Order: sequence, then C-alpha cells, then structure tokens
Amino acid sequence: MRVVFLFSAFFSILALATITMFLFVSGVPFIAKTGFAKFLFGSDWIPLADNPSYGIFPMIVASLYVTALSVIIGIGIGLLTAIALYKFCPKKLVAPIRQMINLLAGIPSVIFGLFGMTIVVPFIRDYVSPTGVGYGILSASLVLGIMILPTIVSVSLDSLNSVSNTYYEGALALGATKEQATFKIMLPAAKSGILAGVVLAVGRAVGETMAVIMVIGGSPERPTSLFQSVRTLTANIAMGAMESSGDTLSALIATGVVLFVFTLILNVSFSLLKIDKRDKADGKKEKRGTKK
Amino acid sequence: MNEFIGSMDITAKGCNLYYGDFHALKDINIEIPEKQVTALIGPSGCGKSTFLKIFNRMNDLVEGCRMEGEYRIGGVDIFDKETDVNVLRKNVGMVFQKPNPFPMSIYDNIAFAPRTVGITKRSELDEIVERSLRRASIWDEVKDRLRKNALGMSGGQQQRLCIARSLAASPKVLLMDEPTSALDPISTGKIEELMEELKKDLTIVIVTHNMQQATRIADKTAFFLLGELVEYGNTDDIFTSPRDERTERYITGRFG
Amino acid sequence: MRKLYSALKYVCIACLAISLIALVAVVAYVLINGIGNLSFNLVFGEYKPDAPTLLPALVGTLELVAIAAIIAVPIGIASAIFLVEYTNNKGKFVKIVGIATETLAGIPSIVYGLFGYLIFVVAFGWGYSLLGGAITLAIMILPTIVRSTQESLLSVQGGLREGAYALGTSKVRTIFKIVLPSAAGGIVTAIILAIGRVVSESAVLILTIGMVVNKVPETLMAPGTSLALDIYYFANHGRPDEAAATAVVLLILVMLLNLLAGWIGNLIKKSTYGDAK
Repeated sequence: MRVVFLFSAFFSILALATITMFLFVSGVPFIAKTGFAKFLFGSDWIPLADNPSYGIFPMIVASLYVTALSVIIGIGIGLLTAIALYKFCPKKLVAPIRQMINLLAGIPSVIFGLFGMTIVVPFIRDYVSPTGVGYGILSASLVLGIMILPTIVSVSLDSLNSVSNTYYEGALALGATKEQATFKIMLPAAKSGILAGVVLAVGRAVGETMAVIMVIGGSPERPTSLFQSVRTLTANIAMGAMESSGDTLSALIATGVVLFVFTLILNVSFSLLKIDKRDKADGKKEKRGTKK
Repeated sequence: MNEFIGSMDITAKGCNLYYGDFHALKDINIEIPEKQVTALIGPSGCGKSTFLKIFNRMNDLVEGCRMEGEYRIGGVDIFDKETDVNVLRKNVGMVFQKPNPFPMSIYDNIAFAPRTVGITKRSELDEIVERSLRRASIWDEVKDRLRKNALGMSGGQQQRLCIARSLAASPKVLLMDEPTSALDPISTGKIEELMEELKKDLTIVIVTHNMQQATRIADKTAFFLLGELVEYGNTDDIFTSPRDERTERYITGRFG
Repeated sequence: MRKLYSALKYVCIACLAISLIALVAVVAYVLINGIGNLSFNLVFGEYKPDAPTLLPALVGTLELVAIAAIIAVPIGIASAIFLVEYTNNKGKFVKIVGIATETLAGIPSIVYGLFGYLIFVVAFGWGYSLLGGAITLAIMILPTIVRSTQESLLSVQGGLREGAYALGTSKVRTIFKIVLPSAAGGIVTAIILAIGRVVSESAVLILTIGMVVNKVPETLMAPGTSLALDIYYFANHGRPDEAAATAVVLLILVMLLNLLAGWIGNLIKKSTYGDAK
C-alpha cells in the first residue's frame, strides 16, 4: 500500500514536470528562433502574413495594464470593505455578509465575462469612452476588479482578525479613537497578510482568461488608450489557439511560457512572503525566550 | 512467529532509551509479576510513561527514539524478529491518559479489535461485545444504546469503554497510562474497582501521578526519577519504609 | 487628524456598499435576464440550429465532472495520506511535493489548457475530446484536493491513531478504518468544491474539448462542450438570451455545489462525531 500512496504523492511532481517540459520544449526553441528580444519586445503580431512576425510586446503591456488597474480597483475597494467588516459594521451583519461574499467568490469567470460584455462594455461605450469604443483595458479591469473582490476581502479580513486584539485595546487605553486604532495600529500589523493577498490577486488577474477575452476586444495592437480593442497574454493564447497551426501554434506556446514564468515568479514571491511572516513570528518567540 | 502463551510476567534487562541526544531511561532492570497491579510513580518527565510504552512498542512510532536492552513478556523477546508487533499489541492492551474512543458507535468501538483479526459473525461479535463491556462494568449503562456514537458518553464512561475495547482483543497484559488523571473522583473509583477485578486474569501496569491511587490499588510500586529506577518493591514497603532517601522525599511530598 | 480617520471610516462603509452592490449586480443581472429565457426545451430539448439547447452541454459537463473526479480524487487522497500518515508531514519529500502542488495551484487555467492541447490534442493525436479535457481538469483540481485532504488528515487527533495501533491494528487498516472516516467530512467538502471548479472552468476547455455545442457526444473521445463553454459560445454568436439563460443554470448549479459542500461536510462530521463535536 505504501508504494501506491508514494506513487500518488509523486504524481503532483510528475504533472508539474510534464507541464513544464511540454511548454518549454515546444516554446523555448521558438523564442530562440524568433530571437528573444524580437519576441518579447517586438511590437507586431502578424502570424498569418506571408512574412509573419511574432512580437508579443503589445500583449505584455496590455496584461500589465489590466492587472495593475484591476488590482488597484480590487485592492482599493476590497481592503476598505474588509476594514469596514472588521470594525465598522454591526456585528450581526458581519457573518452573513461574509458568507455571501464567500459564496459570490464561486461565480464562474465566464459569467463575469458575460456581465461585462452585456452591461459594462455598452455602459462604457455610451457614457464614459471618449472614442466610442467600449471594449478595452478599462472594461476588463472593472470586470476583473469585481471578480477578485471576494478573494481580497476574505484574505484581508482573515489577516486583520489574526492580529491580537490586545494591540487594539492598548491603543484605545492610550486615548486613541476607534478609527485611529484601526488604521494606525491594526492595519499596519496585518500588513504582511494583506500583501500576500495582493500577490494572490495579481496572480488571478494575470492568469484570468474568460472574463478578459469577452470584454477586451482582441486586436493585437499596442495599447495607447484605456478604450481600445487590445489583447492580453491569456487572450492571445485563447484566441490564437482556436484558429491556428504550425508556427503560430509554437508562438502561442511561447506566449504560454512567458505567462508561466510570470506566474512562477509570483508564486515564489508569495511563498517568500509567507516565509518572511513565519520568520518574524519565530523571531518574536526567540526574543521572548531570551527575556525569560 | 512467536506466540504469547503461558505466564505473563514482564522483564526488562539493561534498559536504556534515548530521544536523539537525550538519555531518557538509564539502565533499568525490573521484573514485574503476572496477575498483579504494578504502579509506576514519579514526578513528571521522569520516564515512567516512556518506560510503559516500551512494552507494547508504542515508542516505535516516535521519531529519533533509540533503545538498548532485553525485554520479555512471558519469556518472549518482544523485539525479536520473530515477534509480530501487531500480535504483541493484541496481547498487551493499552489505556491512554485521555480517553480516545473512535468516532463510531459503542458497538463498533468494541468490535474493532475482533474484526481486525477477521471475526465477522454477528453472534460471535455480539457475544464479545457484551462480555467485554461487562468485564469493564459498563454494560448496564450502555446496553440500550450500543448503536449510539461513543463520543456522546461522559469522560468516565469513555475511559471504561476504552478499557472494554482493549479487553475485546483478549489481552494478557494491560498497560494504563494515567487512566484516571482526566476523570472525576467517582469515575476514578469505578476504574480502580475494575482493576481489582481485572487483575485476576491480567497483568496490569499503571502509571500514576496520584500516590494515594498507588497505595489503594497497586501490589508493587516502582519509583522513577530522572530516568532512573530508584526503588522497586511491595507497595506497602515503599510507602511505609522506603530504603532510598529520594523515595522518601517524594512520597512525603517534598518534591515533584 | 481625528477627523481624517472618522472620514475614512465612512469611505470604508461606502466601499462595503460598493462591493456588495457590484457582486449582487452580477447575480441579479444574470437572474433577471436569464430566468425569462429559461424553458424546459432550452435545457433538455434536442439541439436544432434555430433553437439551440443545453443538452450537449449537460452531458458534457456531467462527463467532465465524473472523469475528472474519478482521476483526481483517489490520487489526491492517496498522496495526502502518504504525506501525512507516512512522513508525518515533515522532511524533504513533503516539502518538494508541497512546492509542486503550490506551483500547480498557481498556474493559470489557460496554461493548463495549452498543456492539454499539446499533449492530448496534438501529441496523442486524440483531436479535441472530452477525455483530454477531463484529464487536464483533473490535474488542475489535484492540488486543491491534496491540500484540503492533508489539512483534514492533520486535524484527526493523534490519540485515535495511537488507540488503533495499541489494539494491534496494522497501519493500512488504521488509515482506512479510523483516520479516513474521521476526516471524511472535510475531504467530502473539498471534493464537492473541486467539482464546482470543474463545472465553472471554461478556459481549459476552449483549448481541449473543441466547443462543439450542437451535438451530444457519443463517446468520451468525441469533442463536446460544457455549460460554461456554452455561455461563451452563445455570447459570441449573437445569442445573448440563450447565454443569459445558460448562465442562470450554471450559476444555480455552482451555488448549489458550494452550499452543498459545507452542508454535506457538516452532516458527515455529525454522523461520525455524534453531537459531541
């Protein structure tokens, strides 16, 4: 039996290795052939031309814009929501609201996409956009921002709740108001947990595909405006793969490699944040130990 | 394979036990007679529980635990290659400090050990369950709710259920690791009476913090201190005329 | 300064309101637009070009869930058992597996889709198939199942294992008769949540199962579609009414699964632990 269990435990490693291998074996040679700089920083994506060109720089830029903007929206609103739930909300309401938010975290991303496509995009086109285009970075960021809200609220609220309440009481005892104690003492103390939540949110925003392709437009153009049809890395893979073969396919895999490496970096920084947090906790313990 | 038949006295020769670098038990020699109650006493951390757990080899599960010496139950070397640890444990029951009934019905708790050895016939299981519960003098309290979850019982009942669960494996030795330390005085009394009954057929070794308990129930008492066996003898002698000064200091309550 | 912080308090409360309104709006939008377009024929009827139905998607979704669960659940539980019961959740191997599962959990679903496309559609030559999509989904949900099972196993009190060993029970029997039943509540919750993820997922499927919306798949090797994929298809093919109606079906299904997960988990916990816990 032990061997069966052991083999199963190996499966995760095997799966990761296979995924990495398949992507890199097909993707890296293509990047090498195209030229590393030309692929990453080339600004023309014309895969179906007689003289094709594979530059994903516009997609990288679009991904960065969408991620940054959606995380700003999501974190801004989500963190403040968590703070409201933490101290400024009638106690009776906290549990049901939290449960509701948790439940809403399960809404499939394609439904967010549909909502974006039929509500957000027309709204922006008609009332906000100076160019008359509703698709684009702003729509995608709004939809993604709403989508990552539940995650950010839960993570932030958890890290706020994990801060010892004695800090809060201590601050009140020194004459701070409830609000001062919350913003000046509790919020900084929960910093590392909230930061981990930010990294998690960035990961989701970078990796999201469905909600994005339904509202971003999809032209492989260099983004110059928030209201312009563009393409993220994920959208590039999804849209390209449905209609391509041969070299184009390799180009998509290479895009996948870039995305994969990016999420790996995020993952590593996420675990580093966690380790950092643990070290700090250990440090505290040691200090206490030496005092004794 | 070694079988456990015949007399059930316990011997340990040249017992040394280490947790990593820590020398937890130091050169212990002891002979524990069968069908009597032997109490192991001493302050916390003196190694008495560790010593107890040698005899059903529960220390095997502890990482970094290393031991020397010769250990026999009824003449059988319990660390011999020919001794199956699971057979040993069926013959040497154990009751833990904290009652640990399995999260299942009272009936299934008792039937667990017999089912492990392949007894599946309903009538046979029914009989074992009733006999074990009667021997643990808890039958009358639970006979109407055998199908109820065992975790619904009181702490004292849970502990007697755990004793019954051990008895269902028909052990010849019963190791008890502070079995009453989590219980109220009435439950404690019941379990002490029970031990008096059980020792007619079983060798019982009990670790206890409570010296009155040792004087009430034990025929023999062993006093442990800092991993050493300081003194071992008849309970009356240990408590009335200890030979070692450290024993005297302990039983008169001057340390530990 | 005090005034600033009091003002911030109201900003927070406003954000709470915005969050709730935004999230509720998504749900309300789906329900309002979709329910009117729901009909028995839309969900269960036979697919016709002028009257598309969800029957192929229902069959596809069911098959995807079943295969993904059949693959991921045993492997996930077995690997958690190895990590917790055989290595005490310590040591180098556990660390490496931990890093691997965490990395797998962080990979975007479109990358899983790309992988599934490369291996099943291209390398194995299966073309678009439900089986390929399901296996890819199984790999995707594996890390969640491993991690939650690990947590459930770790929460089983050590005393129960000791008690079983002390009765002369073998390790394997202890695992299957004592540890797993004691952890069943948490494990079942995790499995249902994982199924919820399979039902919600669409990016993986775009690249692996082919989005053939008009035909009930005859075999597992046939291309197909799922409810989530249908929403994308309808939305992009000028059928907003059908898209909204499908969204209602999917939303209800996913919400039910999420609610069910906690409810069934608690029910099992209650039946294993009685009312004591």
